Amino acid sequence: MRDLGIDILFKGVNFQRLLEGLWVSMRISLISVAISIVLGLLIGALMTLKNPVIKVITRIYLEIVRIMPQLVLLFIVFFGTTRVLGINIDAEYASIIVFSFWGTAEMGDLVRSALISIPRHQYESAAALGMNQRQTFTKIILPQTLRRLIPNSINLITRMIKTTSLVMMIGVVEVLKVGQQIIEANRTTDPNGAFVVYGAVFILYFIACWPISMLARYLEKRWN
Amino acid sequence: MKRRGRWHKILALGLAAVLSVGMLVGCGSKSGSSSSSSGKGYRTLDEIKKSGTIRIGVFSDKSPFGYVDDDGNYAGYDVYFAERLGKDLGVKIKYVSTEAASRVEYLQTGKVDIILANFTVTDERAKQVDFAEPYMHVGLGVVSHDDRVITDMSQIKDDDQVIVISGTTAETYLTKNYPNIKQQKFDTYAAAKSAFENGTGVAWANDNTEVIAFAKANKGYTVGIDALGDPDTIAPAVTKGNSTLLKWINEEIENLGKENFFHKDYEATLTSTYGADYEDTLVIEGGKSSK
Repeated sequence: MRDLGIDILFKGVNFQRLLEGLWVSMRISLISVAISIVLGLLIGALMTLKNPVIKVITRIYLEIVRIMPQLVLLFIVFFGTTRVLGINIDAEYASIIVFSFWGTAEMGDLVRSALISIPRHQYESAAALGMNQRQTFTKIILPQTLRRLIPNSINLITRMIKTTSLVMMIGVVEVLKVGQQIIEANRTTDPNGAFVVYGAVFILYFIACWPISMLARYLEKRWN
Repeated sequence: MKRRGRWHKILALGLAAVLSVGMLVGCGSKSGSSSSSSGKGYRTLDEIKKSGTIRIGVFSDKSPFGYVDDDGNYAGYDVYFAERLGKDLGVKIKYVSTEAASRVEYLQTGKVDIILANFTVTDERAKQVDFAEPYMHVGLGVVSHDDRVITDMSQIKDDDQVIVISGTTAETYLTKNYPNIKQQKFDTYAAAKSAFENGTGVAWANDNTEVIAFAKANKGYTVGIDALGDPDTIAPAVTKGNSTLLKWINEEIENLGKENFFHKDYEATLTSTYGADYEDTLVIEGGKSSK
């Protein structure tokens, strides 16, 4: 226990910088997640429509998001808008736009699959009980949809949190970048620093994602 | 089916409204916040002075050239120079953490005024950005074991192997200029290092800064060749066409040469990694390469 090399974390203001980096990651991902959930619910409902025009548009949107690496989207939004439109978007705003764009599409697809997985007889039974369509949707369909959504959307949310490590490419200094900075600054004095710092980053990501998994478990239990 | 459809249509309308508002707010609020005032994609020297802040793109994790120290401040050889530029220009500095892959893009979109991120001058890059006078050499070096120091490439015999890291300039250079030398290729620095330490290969060719740092940190190795082939140079870069800023930087580099500024910079930031012996190999003073 004498020297695990963890003092690298507490040199200067290193630990504070890691926490600040984590806050940047969380800020970007959680704002994007909130936007994605709201828009995703709407897009998902839209995707179940039989209207061919809407079908094609949402399909193209989803495919674009699936095919394009997030990094490419980040470059397009951050650099491309300046180059083509002359608009200068702050790097963090650019990240939120890209992550919301991505999250909305995937969330929409999850909502769509959850909606169509609700058996037809649920609608018919509700109608037979004399419910109007508003009641059917809010009291019968939506609760079941949400329950089916939870596991997959938690998966998506934690994936979004972890993918924020890409935003360092457009100059946003988030937790992983801070980690790399600390490792490099101590490269000569502490060659094993990488292990400790990446370990700390792992724990920080875990602390960030774990409560979300717990919340999901709680909700799933409660709604069953 | 019909009843469900109507409910969805209401949702669709709501969505369209939310989306369009979102787009307007998202784009509108941030537009033009810090872009160039005249729409030419960069800020002239006067515009920078007037704004009171210069944006300089540096590395934040490439010690000892550009990194962030344990107190959260930018430091390193490039940053030492950047600090001086800011001081002489009389403006504050806003450092932007850049990655190797995005340096050109930052300049082309005018998101930074200067890139000082260990930027090697190449013909291809010179078409995309404007380089100022150089302030550092970078070349290839060859490190070998103390008991058989390679000081010339001709000392490498037919059955000797030279270690290189795949994808580096050293690999390209050796393949092109010394096709007869057998290369032992490794994917990572760590793999190459342990193989070399365990006696694979008579020599290890890499960037001279890397081999110098290796020989200094590990006993029993000597850098027999510290500049193989034509050395490249490292220079500040500005957006293509930003002639006022470029001219000022060039004058500044020339003036700084009179006080041996880059030697001081080397002594302050690089000596601990490379030692004093390589000062004249690496530093370019006053923009004039001595080679």
